[in-house]
Amino acid sequence: MELYTALRHFADSWGLLGMTLFFIGAVIFAFRPGSRKLADEAARIPLKDD
Amino acid sequence: MALLDKHALLERNATLLLAGSLLVVTIGGIVEIAPLFYLDNTIEKVEGMRPYSPLELAGRDVYIREGCYVCHSQMIRPFRDEVERYGHYSLAAESMYDHPFQWGSKRTGPDLARVGGRYSNEWHVQHLTDPRSVVPESVMPSYAFLKDKPLDVKGFSTHLVANTKVGVPYSDEMIANAEADMIAQADPNADTSGVEARYPKARLGDFDGNPQALTEMDALVAYMQMLGTLVDFSTYDEPAGRR
Amino acid sequence: MRFGTEIVAVGLFAFAALMGVAFAADEPFRQHMWVLFFVLTAATVVLIRRTSFAPAAPADPSAYLDEPIRYGVIATVFWGVVGFLAGVVIAAQLAWPDLNVEPWFNFGRLRPLHTSAVIFAFGGNALIATSFYVVQRTCRARLFGGNLAWFVFWGYQLFIVMAATGYLLGITQSREYAEPEWYVDLLLTVVWVAYLVVFLGTILRRREPHIYVANWFYLSFIITIAMLHVINNLAIPASFLGSKSYSAFSGVQDAVTQWWYGHNAVAFFLTIPFLAMMYYFVPKQADRPVYSYRLSIVHFWSIIFLYIWAGPHHLHYTALPDWAQTLGMVFSIMLWMPSWGGMINGLMTLQGAWDKIRTDPIIRMMVAAIAFYGMATFEGPMLSIKAVNSLSHYTDWTIAHVHAGALGWNGMISFAAVYYLAPKLWNRERLYSVRMVNWHFWLATLGIVLYAAAMWVAGIQQGLMWREYDEQGFLVYSFAETVAAMLPYYVMRTFGGALYLAGGIVMAFNITMTILGYQREEASIGARASVALQPAE
Repeated sequence: MELYTALRHFADSWGLLGMTLFFIGAVIFAFRPGSRKLADEAARIPLKDD
Repeated sequence: MALLDKHALLERNATLLLAGSLLVVTIGGIVEIAPLFYLDNTIEKVEGMRPYSPLELAGRDVYIREGCYVCHSQMIRPFRDEVERYGHYSLAAESMYDHPFQWGSKRTGPDLARVGGRYSNEWHVQHLTDPRSVVPESVMPSYAFLKDKPLDVKGFSTHLVANTKVGVPYSDEMIANAEADMIAQADPNADTSGVEARYPKARLGDFDGNPQALTEMDALVAYMQMLGTLVDFSTYDEPAGRR
Repeated sequence: MRFGTEIVAVGLFAFAALMGVAFAADEPFRQHMWVLFFVLTAATVVLIRRTSFAPAAPADPSAYLDEPIRYGVIATVFWGVVGFLAGVVIAAQLAWPDLNVEPWFNFGRLRPLHTSAVIFAFGGNALIATSFYVVQRTCRARLFGGNLAWFVFWGYQLFIVMAATGYLLGITQSREYAEPEWYVDLLLTVVWVAYLVVFLGTILRRREPHIYVANWFYLSFIITIAMLHVINNLAIPASFLGSKSYSAFSGVQDAVTQWWYGHNAVAFFLTIPFLAMMYYFVPKQADRPVYSYRLSIVHFWSIIFLYIWAGPHHLHYTALPDWAQTLGMVFSIMLWMPSWGGMINGLMTLQGAWDKIRTDPIIRMMVAAIAFYGMATFEGPMLSIKAVNSLSHYTDWTIAHVHAGALGWNGMISFAAVYYLAPKLWNRERLYSVRMVNWHFWLATLGIVLYAAAMWVAGIQQGLMWREYDEQGFLVYSFAETVAAMLPYYVMRTFGGALYLAGGIVMAFNITMTILGYQREEASIGARASVALQPAE
């Protein structure tokens, strides 16, 4: 039970914070200004070929 | 060589995508499922649980084969109406020997978790043979053919062996006597002391109204008649907040 | 020699099936092995008739491998009609129980046949066919592995036939949406690994620097389904020549494993790869790139992360520990966000082309599909809230929810993809009839509305009747009375399903005529409007 309680505490404190930060980081990374060109290129892939 | 390097990088990307998504989808499963296997508060210990007798297990196989679970649940939730309608709410321990579980997901028909002992054998046989003759509103199919289908006894001990491999504590004695126990449990004239010793509270005697033949109807009714009867709730000590 | 290895392998397996018949440990297994033997013998004969000893013409490595996709489209349409028909039959059985024919055609055996036929046969074929199509076009590379794609197609059809005949014979594990027994599961595992090899191999040899986002969705579908399938089906057979196995897990652990699988079958079979279809076919049909590619990246990672946690919401208030139920609920509610992010991304792709909803019934189908997706993914999180679930669980409300998603989202987007693919794959100028697509659209929409409305009312009424007390504190209704109250809704549901089936038959006719090369003479949709706008002469 000790281990379980410790894990529980970790999960709803640092674990939660870590996942949230990772998510925000991933969103920022996806929407960083430099990615616009790459994303636009990739978005056109289906329209190139039949 | 530059081209090759580039190609290797692309390959890594696809592999990375594969590995990344696999990692992401395993986290949830590990956190939610793995603890249930080692946390001892998942399943409280209760008195009375025992493995299914061979006849009950065979009946359970018929229950699964006919897809009874698609319309009947075996899981009473702790609500006033359900407890009044079906009996004490289900405990995790009550399905500890259920490979697989039969909790169900839909109640086109009523819950069966505690149907054992509620009706007579004759009622069950009549209901399974012609449901609307006893419950006019019922939409259940007829299972009359079970009465004419002899139960496949030969080699049934392999089913007990398979169950021991997944953790059901069938003893060597139970396995050795599996086929004899199966026949004895449904035979009103047999010596059933062995069955009773090995499987306490097992219902004995003919189930399908035809003592001459051991049929799938015998097995199914034997299974239904023991559902929810193993734990004695008059002596069950409710551990607070254990759900 | 053409098909040399294949003939020998299939022939040997047919012989093995015959051995299975001879030494079967139980009767259902014997009958099932007879089925397998006849199927494999027929396959061997077909292969032998098509063999030739001339040196094989080398395949053009730059051309796309489209023949398995053509077969896949036909299989999608065929299994779709079969699955819808099975649905109408079991819906009718619930309204008129005398339609049950024991033992093979009782509701309990036909229900898994219906669910498997629509999810795995109709949906699965749509997914395999479209994924092979999309991955080639977006990677600009031929399918990897030569005839392996054929093995995936035929192996999958064999899985479907074995699963379906097994249900009728009473061979089932009773795990919802994973009913096939251990040996059929093994067959699917082999086919699935081959599928992964073909798909990943094609991506690895692509001639396009980016991996288009639709392929991400397809890839995560393939590997996650592999993981779920293997773990959920762990079991010990009673005999290696018998049809019965016992699950490796029991009780609580078994329940949570099954619903971890069950919910993620919805997620990774019926949502993720269908989103891949959305990300390819909506831009193609609208002829404009996806609204926000960067949103689709966030959509991908957040949806696959969140979905996998949601399973325990199927087990609210059961003997599953509370913390797992709460976790399942919280993640289900969070799922609402990426689901609607994806929906918005799909709908907004039509920005600047909204008029096509009026003139192009295929676009209209896509929009309806995405709208139903949005509705179902709003309802889902709502049903996962424990207070709501206490009323809705075990009732027909769940059935309403599932069908809004399956008929509306999966069905409509698959129909749209089939209508898009058929003229392209068979080099036809256009479909046999665009107006029939319109007919299909309205039949399907009306069918869904009738079906879902009936089941919503039925479910809520059922839940309320079960818990209704009178002033003295007694339960008002017996269970039998609540069953009787369902009859009008079950009749209405059957009618809604029949309309949806009729739409499917219209599609089957339209696609058949397209393949045969006919074109129906008809005024194009929206023509009347443009005539009206012409200046007076």
